[in-house]
Amino acid sequence: MEAEDLREEVLDLQTEPMELSMGPSHPAMHGTIRMVLQLEGETVVHVDVQPGFLHRGFEKMCERGTWSQVFPYTDRLNYVSPLLNNVGYALAVEKLLGVTTPERCQYARVILGELARIADHLTCNGATAMELGAFTPFLWMLKAREWIWEVLEEVTGARLTHSWVRIGGLAADLSEGFAERTRAILPKVEETIDESMRLLLGNRIFLDRTQGVGIISKEDALSLGMSGVNIRATGIDYDIRKVYPYLVYDRLDFDVPVGHDGDNYDRFVCRDEEMKQSIRMIRQALDQMPGPGAPFCIDDPKIVLPPKEEVYTSIEGTINHFKLIMEGIQVPAGEVYSYTEAGNGELGFYIVSDGRGTPYRVRVRGPCFANLQGCSLMITGRMVADIVPTFGSINMIAGECDR
Amino acid sequence: MGEVGGKTSLRTLGGGEGGLFTTKFESLLGWARKFSLFQYPFATACCGMEFFAVAAPKYDIARFGAEAPRFSPRQSDLLWVVGTISQRQAPVLKRIYDQMCEPKWVIAFGTCAACGGFYDNYTTLPGVDKIVPVDVYVPGCPPRPEQVLDGLMMLMKKVADGNRVAEIAEPGLAAKIAAREIAKPGS
Amino acid sequence: MAKIVLDRIRERFGDAVLETSSAQGDEVAVIAPDRWLDVASFARTDPACAMDHFIDLTCVDWPKRAARFEVVLMLRSSTTGKRIRLKARVPETDPKIASVTGLWLGANWFEREAYDMFGVIFEGHPDLRRILLYDEFEGHPLRKDYDAAKTQPLVPYRPEALDKLPPFGKDEGMPWERPVRPGREHSEG
Repeated sequence: MEAEDLREEVLDLQTEPMELSMGPSHPAMHGTIRMVLQLEGETVVHVDVQPGFLHRGFEKMCERGTWSQVFPYTDRLNYVSPLLNNVGYALAVEKLLGVTTPERCQYARVILGELARIADHLTCNGATAMELGAFTPFLWMLKAREWIWEVLEEVTGARLTHSWVRIGGLAADLSEGFAERTRAILPKVEETIDESMRLLLGNRIFLDRTQGVGIISKEDALSLGMSGVNIRATGIDYDIRKVYPYLVYDRLDFDVPVGHDGDNYDRFVCRDEEMKQSIRMIRQALDQMPGPGAPFCIDDPKIVLPPKEEVYTSIEGTINHFKLIMEGIQVPAGEVYSYTEAGNGELGFYIVSDGRGTPYRVRVRGPCFANLQGCSLMITGRMVADIVPTFGSINMIAGECDR
Repeated sequence: MGEVGGKTSLRTLGGGEGGLFTTKFESLLGWARKFSLFQYPFATACCGMEFFAVAAPKYDIARFGAEAPRFSPRQSDLLWVVGTISQRQAPVLKRIYDQMCEPKWVIAFGTCAACGGFYDNYTTLPGVDKIVPVDVYVPGCPPRPEQVLDGLMMLMKKVADGNRVAEIAEPGLAAKIAAREIAKPGS
Repeated sequence: MAKIVLDRIRERFGDAVLETSSAQGDEVAVIAPDRWLDVASFARTDPACAMDHFIDLTCVDWPKRAARFEVVLMLRSSTTGKRIRLKARVPETDPKIASVTGLWLGANWFEREAYDMFGVIFEGHPDLRRILLYDEFEGHPLRKDYDAAKTQPLVPYRPEALDKLPPFGKDEGMPWERPVRPGREHSEG
């Protein structure tokens, strides 16, 4: 039933706009967004999206420690794909320092980042499907996510908040057998994605609830500052990994899925295809990566911690370690804006340094904050029930939106 | 204010002086309640991802009877506070807790809910117990699903006994309580 | 790589452009605050600039400077791919600058956030209120003189909770009323 059929003149009723507060504790609002809706019957006349219920003071906390102490906070930005945030921040500080990490480290960052991206898209698509009533694909996608998390846990030690990347490299090298384990799960993940998509993309109810719903135009998307899948679904071919390549993305062969309507269905299928492209990238990167003996950190004692054997046995190692931990990396004064393609789009770190070991200002340009602004445009004029898939397909992660 | 681990409980339920069930009927009620907890997952942040994982098939929470999430406080009796609660979110949480009907229990899932986590700043509530009484604290950032299940089993034991003294889900603690070997913490 | 954009802006606005710099691939121009809207409109509409993709708008606090707040606007052109950073400095006594919400829809929430965190007022903004914090909050937390540990609770803490609750011992858990740690000084501009 179209929203037009519920208009006043058709129904011949006297109505007044009703104000309904949806959230912040609501299953479809991912726990932290409040939407104050003004409704004419079922149609949303006006919506005031209120983020900020998970504001945790990221930017203020960064100013209280050293440059390396920011990594745990970055994990908790987009907490579904934490490695991508870690990599983004490390690249920003390395840009300001003017250093490049060795090849093995770059490949490892790409592989771990793409694994995190697959986990992110699995969660998003799974949660959207669940909110529309399809519980089974959600459970299958969580099963696939568990495999990825097991691989990541074996390398980094944590399932979710890894803090594995360091300025100038990684915390430690990839573990033995990582390549075999990753190669073993990739076909299983791909099969799970295909199975879930077969269930959903042929289902009349799913198609009716996502096609033509939550449309945003190209001009609006650019003006709003959207990025990532949200802007690619409208037809604009903007993927930072292709347009401004960083790390080793220019050596990998992959496609960028682009939609054409900008509706929920396009976003959903774009994420799907991106997962497959990520799997393709991981396979190529595993093939191209230098072997385990290659260096994974830059060889600069002013930036990278010395290995523990040196810390405990030599005086230079101890002093080096002490200075880096207590005073922090001395980043030269200046500012830089560094951007990467995170799970939801352009994750930017605008870093201002005053020459000391403590950051002066770390500004996170979270893609979800800009993407969520588009939500009010997407749902005005639609019905209340359309809010659920639309909001889910924007993939609003509150850690990144509210910081 | 009560000593840690003393005989008096923090809150009394209907029935059971001293916070422990003393009659067979109350024990039966406790047994029935512990296997049919209706949860309200108040999920806000990263711990929500681990909450999904606990509910997912691998670390199945349904085997404990605690699967059905009820997204209405009126219909639930177990409030899972999952993730960081900011000062702005605190009135919402308090209101949800107040709307729940007795008997009700609260699990603080994750360090942010238990004590504020590493966000000791102007915007984070330093632990949910500042505004609602908590029964089980599950530490971790985020806690492993096994630890969450440990905390849930500990809570189920407390529901069955009518015990309202708050405890932390430390490794092995649930097993020790189950074996009735442990002395109360702090005594 | 976006030098031609900066050159176009400088040639059009002359002395409104106070300084330009280029480092690590970023092109930056500092604009006089009273010409902010003109320069931003030019960047949006001029065919050689065509900065239609809004990226970020934020603020940096330099308390030791006369013009304390530095408003930073980052833009990108979807046709040419070039990026620029425009800045303007406003003093604490009169922290006002024109709003660019008429040019880019996305600036709406970003300006609200800058107002919330720093107290910069954007004239012409349709709905300038706090976005990440609650209305009852007093002060602007990202300013360097706001103490990070100073909370303003909305819900009063339970009386039992003012002392350590069991099962935490007296010295366990996080102290939430502690003063700022000495030794690790805040950076000051």
